[in-house]
Amino acid sequence: MAMKFSKKNFTDRTKENISDDFMRQAVASAQERLHGRRLDAAEELGSWEEWRSHGEEIRQHVLENLDFYLHQLSENVAERGGHVFFAKTAEEASDYVRDVIKKKDGKKVVKSKSMVTEEINLNAVLEEAGCEVIETDLGEYILQVDDHDPPSHIVAPALHKNREQIREVFEKKLDYHKTSKPEELALHAREKLRQEFLDADIGITGCNFAIAETGSISLVTNEGNARLVSALPKTQITVMGMERVVPSFEEFEVLVSLLTRSAVGQKLTSYVTALTGTRDEGDVDGPEEFHLVIVDNGRSEILGTEFQSVLQCIRCAACVNVCPVYRHIGGHSYGSIYSGPIGAVLSPLLGGYDDFKELPFASTLCGACTDACPVKIPLHELLHTHRRIIVEEEGRSPISERLAMKAFGIGAASNPLYSMGSKVASTAMKPLTKNDRISKGPGPLKDWTDLREFPAVGNTRFRDWFYDQKGGK
Amino acid sequence: MGGTIQNRDAFLATIATQLGREPKMKVEKPIWKHQPQRTVLADASLDELLGVLRVQCEQIHTDIVETTKESLPVALDEVVKAYGGGPLSLWKDGRFGEYGLSDLLETKWPSEQIEVNSWDPSLGEKNIELAEQANIGITFSDMTLAESGTVVLFSSADKGRSVSLLPTHYIALIPKSTLVPRITQASDMIREKLNNGEQVPSCINFITGPSNSADIEMNLVIGVHGPVKATYMVIEDC
Repeated sequence: MAMKFSKKNFTDRTKENISDDFMRQAVASAQERLHGRRLDAAEELGSWEEWRSHGEEIRQHVLENLDFYLHQLSENVAERGGHVFFAKTAEEASDYVRDVIKKKDGKKVVKSKSMVTEEINLNAVLEEAGCEVIETDLGEYILQVDDHDPPSHIVAPALHKNREQIREVFEKKLDYHKTSKPEELALHAREKLRQEFLDADIGITGCNFAIAETGSISLVTNEGNARLVSALPKTQITVMGMERVVPSFEEFEVLVSLLTRSAVGQKLTSYVTALTGTRDEGDVDGPEEFHLVIVDNGRSEILGTEFQSVLQCIRCAACVNVCPVYRHIGGHSYGSIYSGPIGAVLSPLLGGYDDFKELPFASTLCGACTDACPVKIPLHELLHTHRRIIVEEEGRSPISERLAMKAFGIGAASNPLYSMGSKVASTAMKPLTKNDRISKGPGPLKDWTDLREFPAVGNTRFRDWFYDQKGGK
Repeated sequence: MGGTIQNRDAFLATIATQLGREPKMKVEKPIWKHQPQRTVLADASLDELLGVLRVQCEQIHTDIVETTKESLPVALDEVVKAYGGGPLSLWKDGRFGEYGLSDLLETKWPSEQIEVNSWDPSLGEKNIELAEQANIGITFSDMTLAESGTVVLFSSADKGRSVSLLPTHYIALIPKSTLVPRITQASDMIREKLNNGEQVPSCINFITGPSNSADIEMNLVIGVHGPVKATYMVIEDC
C-alpha cells in the first residue's frame, strides 16, 4: 500500500466514515482506553514533563547532527557484517529489497509491522515480483487477509473492525469455523502464522530506533512477531526512515520508555529486541545475511525548514488518541497511512499538497496533540503553518472562500459600504432563516450548514445596540 | 567479514546541505539537561526492588515464584509439572549447574520421561526444531528490571534466541542479585561492556511477560506469537 490509499476526495471519505457507527464507537472507546492508560503511566512516573523535555532534547540533537549519526550507524552495521543501502526515494528502497530477495531466490517473505514499508509500497512491489508476502502483526494480518484493507491507526491498524467482521473474514479466507471470541481468533492466527515463520526464507522488519554507537536496530512489539521474523529466516531486511536513529543505548532506553508509555501505557512492551548485524559466529538462530535500508523519501526536504520538528516523531500515536477530529472521522478519512494529527502534518510534507491539502484543515487547533506528544512536537502550530502556506503562498484555498474574503475585504475597508452591508444583512438572510436558524446557507456558508445550523443574523447590529446602551456617550 | 555501504555520500551531503552546513565528521554528545531516568527507584534496596517486581508481575500477567537456592530444584520441578511437563528447551548454561539443577536436568526429569533439550550449537538447525516442539523454554535472566518486570537476555552460540520464544510456556530463572531499578541500568551495563572493548551480542532481548495483543477490539489476548504463559522464579542468592 502506498502512503495515499484512496482516490476519493477528503469530503467523500469523511462523509462515508462519519456514518459508520461501529467505527466511530470503536475509535471513541479505543481513544479513551489508550489515553487513560497513557495518563496513568505518566502519572506513575511522576516527572513526566521532565521526561518529555529529555525526549525532545535527544531528538533535536539527533536531527541537528543527522548526517553524523547515520554515518556512524552505517559504519557499525557494516563492521558487524550487515549491508547498508541509502535510498533517496521510495522506488530505490523497494527495488533494492526486491533485488536482494531475487538474488537469494527468496519465495516466502514474513514481515513485522512497519509504517515505512507501507510508505514505500513494498508489498505490492514484492508481490509483483512473484513473492508471497505475509504480514505477521495480528492487526496487519487481519487487514491483509481482508483484501488489503488500509490501516486506520498507526499502532492499532485494525481498530475500525469489530470481532464479527474479523470472524467473517477468517471464515471466508482462512477456513475458520470457530466463534468471534478474540482468544479463538488470535489462536487461529498463531497456528496459521507459526508455520509461515518456519517456512519463510526472508524476514522484513521496520525499525523503532537504530543505535548509532553499536550499529543496532531495535524492534518493539507485544506479540513477539518481530522476534520470529528476525530469528528464523536466513535473510533479514530492515527498512527504516532516516530520522529514526539515536546516539547510543543511553538515549535508546529513554525513547523506548517514552514510546511504550505513550503508545499503550506500558512500562515496556512484552518484547524489546536490540539486534546487531548478522548472527554471531556459532549462533544457530538469527539471520546469516542482514540488510539495512535507510529511506529518505522526502524527509531531507523537511530538514532545515519550519517543519523540522515533525521528524522528532517516534510513532507512538499519542496525538491520534487525543484528537477530537480523528475521534469523529476515523483513520480512513485521512486517505493516508499516517492518520491523526501527525498524519495531517506529515502526509502533506511527504506526499505533497495536491493529495493532502485538506488534512491541515481537519483540525480544531485545540492543541491536545501538542500536549500529548512525548517528544514535544508543536503539532497544532505546524498544522497552522501548513494552513498559512496553503492559503498565502500556494493560493490553494477554495475559490468561493477567496471571493468571499475579497468581498469582505472591500466591504470592511469602506465605512459606507460596511455600514450598509451590516444593516441589510438581517433582511437579506431572512428568506433562509427559520426559527432563528439558517439551515441551508448559500455559497461559502453551505459547507457549514451541510453539517449544522447557523444562527440567524440579529435584527439589531452590535454597534447600534452598543450606541443605545451607552446613550451615545 | 564487513558488509557493504551504498549511496552514502550523496545521501548524507543532502542532509548537510538542508541543514545549511558542511557534513559533520565529529559530534560531541551534549550533557543532557534532563535525566529523569536516573532518579527512578534510585535508592531502592534489593528487597524493595523485589517488592516492585512482585507488583509489576500482576500487571504483566506473569506468575512469580520466590525460592531459595536449596529449594530451587523442587520449586522448578513443580512449575514445570504445572505447565504439563516436557519437552523442555534450555540454554546451555553453566548457571544450571551452579544453582544445583544438574541432577534435576540429567537424572530426575529423564527418568520421568520428561525430555530435556539443552541448546547445542553442534546440532545446528535441529535446536530450532526442538525449541519449536517444546512445551516449556527455560533460561536465566542476565539482568532483571524491577520497574517494568523485564528479564534481559544476551544471546550467544550456547544461548539461542528461540528458547525464550518458540515454546508454549516460558520460565525465567532470576537470581535476586540480577535485580536493578530499570532499563537505564541495563543500558549502562551494555555501554560499560563496550567501553571495556567487548562487543554487544547479536541479539539482546528485553522480555516482559508472555506475548499478547490487543488488536481485536482492544481486547487483551495473552499468548499470540510467543509464549502464552510465563513464570518468573526469583532465587535468593545474596
